[in-house]
Parts: sequence; structure tokens; C-alpha cells
Amino acid sequence: MSLVSVDTISLHLGGRQVLDQVSLNIEPGEIVTIVGPNGSGKSTLLRVIIGALSPKIGKITRKKGLKIGYVPQKLHIDPTLPLTVRRFLSLPKRVSDEAAHAALHDAGAGHLCHHQMTSLSGGQFQRVLLARALLTDPDLLILDEATQGLDQPGSADFYSQIERLRREKGCAVLMVSHELHVVMAASDRVICLNGHVCCHGAPEHVASAPEYRALFGTGTHGALALYRHDHDHDACDHDHSHDTAHKESA
Amino acid sequence: MSLLDDFIVRAVLAGLGLVLAAAPLGCFVVWRRMAYFGDATAHAALLGVALALAFNISIFVGVLSVALIMAVTVSALSGRGFAMDTILGVMAHSSLAFGLVAVSFVPGVRVDLMAYLFGDILAVGRSDLVVIWLGAALVVGLLYWRWSALLTATLNPDLAYASGISPKREQMILSLALALVVAVAIKVVGTLLIAAMLLIPAASARTFSRTPERMAAIAMVIGVLSVLGGIQSAFTFDTPTGPTIVCVAALLFVAANLVRLLRAQVK
Repeated sequence: MSLVSVDTISLHLGGRQVLDQVSLNIEPGEIVTIVGPNGSGKSTLLRVIIGALSPKIGKITRKKGLKIGYVPQKLHIDPTLPLTVRRFLSLPKRVSDEAAHAALHDAGAGHLCHHQMTSLSGGQFQRVLLARALLTDPDLLILDEATQGLDQPGSADFYSQIERLRREKGCAVLMVSHELHVVMAASDRVICLNGHVCCHGAPEHVASAPEYRALFGTGTHGALALYRHDHDHDACDHDHSHDTAHKESA
Repeated sequence: MSLLDDFIVRAVLAGLGLVLAAAPLGCFVVWRRMAYFGDATAHAALLGVALALAFNISIFVGVLSVALIMAVTVSALSGRGFAMDTILGVMAHSSLAFGLVAVSFVPGVRVDLMAYLFGDILAVGRSDLVVIWLGAALVVGLLYWRWSALLTATLNPDLAYASGISPKREQMILSLALALVVAVAIKVVGTLLIAAMLLIPAASARTFSRTPERMAAIAMVIGVLSVLGGIQSAFTFDTPTGPTIVCVAALLFVAANLVRLLRAQVK
């Protein structure tokens, strides 16, 4: 059974149609990435999935008892709210000290335990957010441009940690990212969104789809080829087969 | 129970009941930047007083109802094209104005108005004490029960949604608690100074706190000191009690921030 099943939802925000008949399923243990230009509804779709927005058109079903770990794009903490990293990890459910330390250590933020949240740098903050999301032992981890503000090694660490988590705990990952080459290398499935689902499928397939190229150009495709060429020499030359596949999915 | 015969003892107990509820709630008011919301609810309370007098029902019930209606209306109107402070300004001052006008229709009340604007803690009776402590216990109970969810929703609504918490429900719970505190406080400090009892202890406590729980606890201590110091000073200097309590709270706020500055210098 799918963890989350989004069935032809449409959503208007402030008089503008943000999502147009979007459908997708998230299966246990898979890594799915949503790509798309600014304003294409990526974050909105994630907010629909966590339940922050309820579309009037279409339907969304979540597996019963689904546990979601959510890492938002950015999180502003009001300076009037005193909050240590340790206390933050126990929101909303109290976690043991061992679990908290282990999660922080895993996220590469072990030394930050007693710091104030407002004193963290952007990258440290993201690591703590990830640690908190993982503490709930989620079935589905949702990351909204979670590597924003991380340096290059930090970002690489981040993705390798997500890979490891999927391997060890079997949690599914749904993420939005602009780092196309990393995304393409790390995902099982890519969904290209521009209000509606332009195309979706395996990274190689999406990267060669004309809809994707129309949005992102072919430059990123080159980057993908660079990352993938060891595994798949055909990645650069897929222009013929995608049409049928896309019709199936659309 | 002869102790309760002393009006000073009753005043102290009334003040303590109020601050024990107002201090932790005030922390949320500070964190969520709802200061003006507290103010608006308190202003609306005067309309509640007028209606209660006109219909001859309990002041507590009148104030509570109006404060609740106010809270629900504001929640419903927000996000519909008006800025929050505009909605609150319109609601607060129009209900205050309507309250003042409505009071003028009720014969014999005009002289008493000061008591509702500034409170009359020395006139607190036994039944008032019961209402104050029940109301305060209810607020503290609500906050204790919902603490974690309230805190998560305060931090970030989307984080709350992802954890299965409805920020809208938590907002309603805070509004309800706020209405209760306003209703309880009207006898103690009056409508004009309720917001002060919410804000000042919490704001003073921020300096000494590393966690939300600690901030709430320290705010309670500061609130208690303000009440004790305020009633004592009012007696010594023969000043109006409610405002004196707020003055002491304000001085503690200044002292707390001086301590913070000095500590920063030493480091």
C-alpha cells in the first residue's frame, strides 16, 4: 500500500491556480524528488501532503498511522522564544537523551546539544532540523530544499545520510531540490512539476524528456550524464522512447 | 478561615491567582507576538461589563462571553485581506467605545467605571476569589495539557501539521485561555492593565531563560513578586493598588534588563 496517494488535486492560492490536477504516489522506501522552476507549486504540494493545506478539488489519502518527518525550507524562531537544541528535539514528543544525542551525532551536529536554536548558523540549523525529523522514526521524510545554506561537503553528507537512512530504516523520502545533478543521482524517481505534473519517472527518463528540457535546458542533462555515465551510457540519448512512457504517466 | 476576612489577604490571594495563570499564558503572548491581541481582548471586556450590568448577569460571564466572541471573530477575519493589527485595532477600540456608550445607559454605573478600568483588588470578596482561582486553575490546566502541542504550533505551523497537530485548534485554545484570564483579571487590575500583567513578567523572564518551561516558571515568580510588592507599596504609599502592581512589575523588568547588561559587560 502507498504511504501517500495524491489523486488529481487542484489548488488555488490567492486567486492563482498553483496546482493543476496533480497525482502522485509515494511507496515505502523510495526516494522521490520533485523538481520544477520557482513558483511551480513544489512547496505547496509538500504542504498539501503534510496536511497544512486542504485542496477542495481532488483527494489525498495517507496510510493509517503514517509518521512524517518534515524539514521545512526555512524556519524562523522568534528571538523571544528561548529554545535549546535539546529541547527542540523533544517537540512535540519527548525523546530520551541517548536518542537525542545519537540523532545529533548522525546529523553531524553532536556538539550543538546545549546551544540556543537562534544562535545556530544556517547549515547547523538544517542539520538540527534533520535530526529532529529523524527522531520520530518516520515512514516518510519530507525535505523542502533541505540543503539550502549547507556548504558543499555538508550537502554531500546530507544526501549520503539520507541514502543510509533509507537503507537502514527503510523510510521513504520525498524532497524538493534545486541541486539537479545531486538530485538526479540520488533519486529513484523524479517528478517534474510546473503547476501540473510535466513528466515523471526514473531520473534518466525525466532528464531526457522534452518537457523537462523545456524547463531546465539541456545543461543539467550534461551534469547528469557526468554523474551517471558509469552506470548508464544511454542516459544522453533517450529522445525517442520517453513519449510513450510519458503518455502512460500523464 | 478568619484569615480570609482580612481584605488584604483576599487581595493578595486574588493577585496571586491571576499572575499564576497570566504568567505562562503571557509567555505565549510574547512568543506569538499577540501583545495587541491581549490588549484588544481586554478592551472588549468593557463591553462585557456594560452588557452584564444591563442584563443583570455576572460580570465574569459577561466579560468572558464578549472576550470569546472577540477572539473567534478575530481568528475568522484574519487572513481575509486585512492586516491583523488593523482588525484588532478596529475591534478593540470600537468595542471599548460601544462599551463606554452602553455603560452610560445603565443607571448608577458611571461612578463605578473606574473600578472596571483599573480594577478594585481591595474589594475582592470570597466569591470573587473562588471565581478567580477556578478560572486560573482552568487556564493553567489547559496550558499544561496542551503545552507541547502549543509550543510546536507556536514554533512553526507546518511543523505542527506534519506532527499531526492542528495549529488552528491550538490557536483557539490560547484564545479561550486569554478570554478566561481577562475575565479573571478585570477585578484585580482592570481592563486597561490586563495586558501588562500578561506581558511584563514574561518579558522580564526572557533574560534568564534557556528553555520555554524555565521562562514560564520565572515569569510566575516575577508575577508573584509584583503582586506582593505592589500590594505592600500601595499600602505604604497609599496609591491605587492595581496600577501599583503593574509599576512594580515594570521596575522588575528594568532591573532584569540591567542585570542582563551587567552580565554581558562582565563576559
